[in-house]
Amino acid sequence: MDIFIQQILNGLVLGSIYALIALGYTMVYGIMGLINFAHGEVVMFGAMVCITVVSTLTHSGVNLPGWAIVLIGTLVAIPACALLGFVIERVAYRPLRGAQRLAPLITAIGLSITLQQVAILIWGRNYIPFPDLLNSDTVSIMGASITKLQVMIVVLCVVLMTGLLVIVEKTKLGRAMRATSQNPSVAGLMGVNVNTIISATFMLGSALGAIAGVMVATNYSQAHYYMGFMIGLKAFTAAVLGGIGNLGGAVAGGILLGIIESLGAGYIGQLTGGFLGSNYQDIFAFMVLILVLIFRPSGLLGEKMADRA
Amino acid sequence: MTKALDSKKLGLFIACGIALCVLPFVVGGALGNSWVRIVDFALLYVMLALGLNIVVGFAGLLDLGFIAFYAVGAYTYALLGSPHFGIHWPFYVTIPLGALFAAFFGILLGTPVLRLKGDYLAIVTLGFGEIVRIFMNNLNAPVNITNGPQGINLIDPIHVAGVDLGTPINLFGLSLPPVYLYYYLFLALTVLVVIMASRLQHSRIGRAWVALREDQVAASAMGINIRNIKLLAFALGALSGGVAGGLFSAFQGFVSPESFSLLESIMILAMIVLGGMGNIAGVILGAVVLTIAPEILRDVIGPLQMKTMGRMLIDPENARMLLFGMAMVVMMLVRPEGMLPSKRRKAEFKDAKDAAAQKG
Repeated sequence: MDIFIQQILNGLVLGSIYALIALGYTMVYGIMGLINFAHGEVVMFGAMVCITVVSTLTHSGVNLPGWAIVLIGTLVAIPACALLGFVIERVAYRPLRGAQRLAPLITAIGLSITLQQVAILIWGRNYIPFPDLLNSDTVSIMGASITKLQVMIVVLCVVLMTGLLVIVEKTKLGRAMRATSQNPSVAGLMGVNVNTIISATFMLGSALGAIAGVMVATNYSQAHYYMGFMIGLKAFTAAVLGGIGNLGGAVAGGILLGIIESLGAGYIGQLTGGFLGSNYQDIFAFMVLILVLIFRPSGLLGEKMADRA
Repeated sequence: MTKALDSKKLGLFIACGIALCVLPFVVGGALGNSWVRIVDFALLYVMLALGLNIVVGFAGLLDLGFIAFYAVGAYTYALLGSPHFGIHWPFYVTIPLGALFAAFFGILLGTPVLRLKGDYLAIVTLGFGEIVRIFMNNLNAPVNITNGPQGINLIDPIHVAGVDLGTPINLFGLSLPPVYLYYYLFLALTVLVVIMASRLQHSRIGRAWVALREDQVAASAMGINIRNIKLLAFALGALSGGVAGGLFSAFQGFVSPESFSLLESIMILAMIVLGGMGNIAGVILGAVVLTIAPEILRDVIGPLQMKTMGRMLIDPENARMLLFGMAMVVMMLVRPEGMLPSKRRKAEFKDAKDAAAQKG
């Protein structure tokens, strides 16, 4: 039973990070109807930029508490990633708007490779450790333990998601975003500057991605140029699971996927009589993805969309 | 008039044939055997790209997990022809068997994704490719099947009519190293795949694929069985992938999960897209260019940096991938129809452009 609760908690932490990244995918999909394949790389850049700032600050001997240094790192990473998101949209997607579907997918993959290589150029091929600055005390809940950092991650995710929901539902920008996602040309006629809105969507999604990247780096205490690929893919799975284009769905899908994954990794050994071990963890996300797309392609919370895919 | 054209075509055909036959000697003489090896790989990639072209180019089903079929073919050959299990079946059993397995996997993948299109299909196939790779990486415990990340070693070379392609042979006083021998084998099979692809393209099936790509509903209304025709595309594409995989296994003598990463799938897709999707000549061109160009870059980037800047600024592998990624983006922006597009594709792109111009 202890293991069960432990795995649920782990899944919750992992899931809230997935949810944060999934929001980036789902926002872009909702507005433009395309998968931003390079989003995982934005997450990676967020982690890398934060680590660079944090390491520089610690090495320069600034007398600040650990959390303040990480906060500064995050605050640098957010605009950096927002800028990256803006550039990605301008370079790879805007010129191809209205082109055949395959073209933006290929540019996105190309961009993804390019960004990974740029990351190698800047940060090298090795794992980069995240300086040990944050409190790693554990709290115990019903016999399972969770670090304070992980509690912080979950809380912060909830706050950010609520914030995003408020932006989308209550502000003028959010209304323009919703209008653009329903019908870009009519939104344009109503005085919405569609290009600005699309740029803003990319920047908002990328900013969330940056924070998620920092969370991943702090949670695993390291970052790597290739980290964006797998986590991006899983977050995309989460977005599809919840119903792509639907913000609440992305959150639900993310948390559900995180829990499925950690429960799966925890119990697969028992279930298969020791034949498959926890190193098959990555398979669950893909299995879930395939099953969802077969049985409920519109996702858990998504509306019916026969011709969208 | 037509007769003159035909004889001209025939002349070109014969010239190409002779050029392809003497190619390894020219390349080997001028640049050494390592380049013949690269040419061999180019032929393997031509086979792979033509296989994927059936799925993506003809039927319009975007597949990002194609490398899985290559892997299935390669591992089938490796497991049935190496000391790993102590089984040494001949290639004329293992390669067809690998191709059949690959086709079976193609149908296995195709069945659940029949309803999916576009980006969704791309992601699911990508996931499928990763699942296959993860299994290959981990199926070494508790029962050792694939030997995990270490891969399988000492795979039997191909024996054709008592001749071992893995050792040099003497022919009329000429010593032919294995890379030359495999070249001819690969060439023969590539020609076979090209013939299969071009015969398919203009057949009833090929036209059904085009109809499916253009408009699934209309195709279905015209009496095409969408399910069967899609599965056929997956199966036939996978078949060529499986054959290429078996050959790769024999040629390399070693397979490991590392050779079947997502990047390889993307590479093959890039060959098709950059070459000219749906056009056999374009796909061949794309495959050859994308196999040879990185090798040339590998030889050029390092020395060039040493000469101009006196030191290595960018590691050549890094620079090569960087250029590759950027080339993909630029190509899509500048010439999305590819280097040698098929007539139909060209017309489609022109239509889309005109429509966009009218709209804007």
